[in-house]
Amino acid sequence: MSIRVAKTGNEAVAEGMRQINPDVVAAYPITPQTEIVQIFSSFVANGKVDTEFVTVESEHSAMSATVGASSAGARAMTATSANGLALMWEIVYIAASMRLPIVMPVVNRALSGPINIHCDHSDTMGARDAGWVQIFSENAQEAYDNLLQAVRIAEDKNVLLPVMVTMDGFIISHAMEVMHLLEDEKVRKWVGEYVPENPLLDVDNPVTVGPLDLYDWNMEHKRQQAEAMIQAKPVILEVAKDYAKLSGREYGLFEEYMLDDAEIAIVVLGSTAGTAKEVVKALRADGVKAGLLKVRVFRPFPAREIAAALGGKKAIAVMDRSDSFNAVSGPVFAEVRSAMYGVENAPKIVDYIYGIGGRDVTMDHIKSVYDDLAKIVKTGQVERALTYLGIRE
Amino acid sequence: MATLKELSNKEILVTPGHRACAGCGFPIIIKQALLAADNPVVVGCATGCMEVCTTIYPYTAWKVPFIHNAFENSAATVSGVEAAYQSLKRRGKIDKKIDFIAFGGDGGTYDIGFQSLSGAMERGHDMLYICYDNQAYMNTGIQRSSATPRGANTTTSPAGSESYGKKQYRKDLTEVMVAHGIPYVAQGSPAMWNDLVSKVNKGLAVEGPAFMAVIQPCVLGWKYPADQTIELAKLAVDTCFWPLYEIVDGEYKLTYRPKEKKPLVDFLRKQDRFRHLFKPENEHIIAELQAEVDRKWDALLAKCGEQA
Repeated sequence: MSIRVAKTGNEAVAEGMRQINPDVVAAYPITPQTEIVQIFSSFVANGKVDTEFVTVESEHSAMSATVGASSAGARAMTATSANGLALMWEIVYIAASMRLPIVMPVVNRALSGPINIHCDHSDTMGARDAGWVQIFSENAQEAYDNLLQAVRIAEDKNVLLPVMVTMDGFIISHAMEVMHLLEDEKVRKWVGEYVPENPLLDVDNPVTVGPLDLYDWNMEHKRQQAEAMIQAKPVILEVAKDYAKLSGREYGLFEEYMLDDAEIAIVVLGSTAGTAKEVVKALRADGVKAGLLKVRVFRPFPAREIAAALGGKKAIAVMDRSDSFNAVSGPVFAEVRSAMYGVENAPKIVDYIYGIGGRDVTMDHIKSVYDDLAKIVKTGQVERALTYLGIRE
Repeated sequence: MATLKELSNKEILVTPGHRACAGCGFPIIIKQALLAADNPVVVGCATGCMEVCTTIYPYTAWKVPFIHNAFENSAATVSGVEAAYQSLKRRGKIDKKIDFIAFGGDGGTYDIGFQSLSGAMERGHDMLYICYDNQAYMNTGIQRSSATPRGANTTTSPAGSESYGKKQYRKDLTEVMVAHGIPYVAQGSPAMWNDLVSKVNKGLAVEGPAFMAVIQPCVLGWKYPADQTIELAKLAVDTCFWPLYEIVDGEYKLTYRPKEKKPLVDFLRKQDRFRHLFKPENEHIIAELQAEVDRKWDALLAKCGEQA
């Protein structure tokens, strides 16, 4: 039986980390992730874990030490937000190219500047090409569930890639909700023992990690990295299946909410999906065939599956909680529209950039998006390909 | 202290065939440092000549486990390796005693890696950090670092009609590390192999962090014939430009005192990076450099309780 509790997202993730009991955690505090570090510190201080906890002097060193620990053969974790992730940047890429199964919760926060501590996805979207598996969460329950699954995904021998598990800053990280934790023993058994390949600490079989890799082999190694990301997709689904057996909660690459017979739909990531589902319910009550697709796994991007799920719809709105500043669209739109290219009777697709710097997103805002879609279906015309939702202009 | 005969019977843990320049100082330093270890060693290294020359995939010159992560994080990376070791030992997954050495050049140590080094030392990881200090960014083509001596001609502090080279004195990182209150800090030179080997041995033996700065003549950057590396490493010591000393739990000790303190020009004259200083208009710089060496040497003697 699982344990019903009231937890914030940060508490839920810290509990998950306690249950995983990693060999090493190296982390640095940053709002809104700070609580994870604090709570985990108290677990260390009170013997709830026997993790070696490295209180580094920056996020750059957090990721550097995590890379060192993971290369050494440890199950290693860190956590961060926004500017912290940006400071790690260089090593975020190195962690992926070294094929280290590091798991990192990222509490989404607007990347400076202007400085802002509230939620948007500019931090993790900026890292979308870093070679990490990226899993987004709608609420504390999902953040917890995704964290546990991330360990198994990262350490799968066909993957061996680092995994970022995200949750929306404050909206999820600091809001209390009722959720279910699994029992400690169950989690430890399910996550299992980490068996590293070629660890540095195997001094009888010395390996050189992180060598200079020039034009002779670099491209082959990057190709292998790309292959690992391709292989990650079936592994994510297998792990989700196995996790469903453990928890009763099922996950896919994305969630379809009243999407099957929908004519208009929005594509959304993170906590806004919860708000949007309420809008869909209300619209359905009014006879509007509205639906929703919530992307859970952004990397690897499930292009083919999304195309199949959205094919045949009449109009789609992609909700982007960050901007690409490419004078075209946000990043999620670019991926989704690209996925839809060549799909027969492809729907009209428009982009909404919303919720930047923590700007509140209400049901009315989302209703207005569905209204726009309905209008597109009615007129067959797209007036605006990109809308900044709720902006004062 | 092992004898030369004993050391010659130990396995050399870095192989020949690496791509360092003829006459390069760092392979000598690695060789001496690894000979000093009594336990298996795991090595980390910052981006720079050492990493570039010893690890071009699919080759490696390292017969010990080795990790290179990036330029500025050798200390943080090895602190993570050491943390993994502590954890896995506590959990009964490792029972061997293993030593940890982080290498970095002066750029990766004095400058861009300074924060990472300071953090790792403050946290108390059981590791030895060795800076091979060749006094400029040699791997990228001789740019000035905060370890470059005043007056040196580098590609970013070039001597010219309005310039005598680098204007600032070098950062005294060894003293900065002493201020961290760590159990062991030392300066070494590959010319004094017995001194260097015994210092590495002590640095690895202490519980907690240790730091060593080792001077490393660079043929290309200092501009001298490739067969004079050890001679220059010795002149640096004998002119008191690079004193050999150690600080054990805060106690200063001079480990080598030249019988006769040689004038600094003996060291400067052999390197073309200082050639412009010998022009009449720059000669006052040489006098200033000598005065600074004298001042620092006297201060060091006082700290070590030695007669001036």
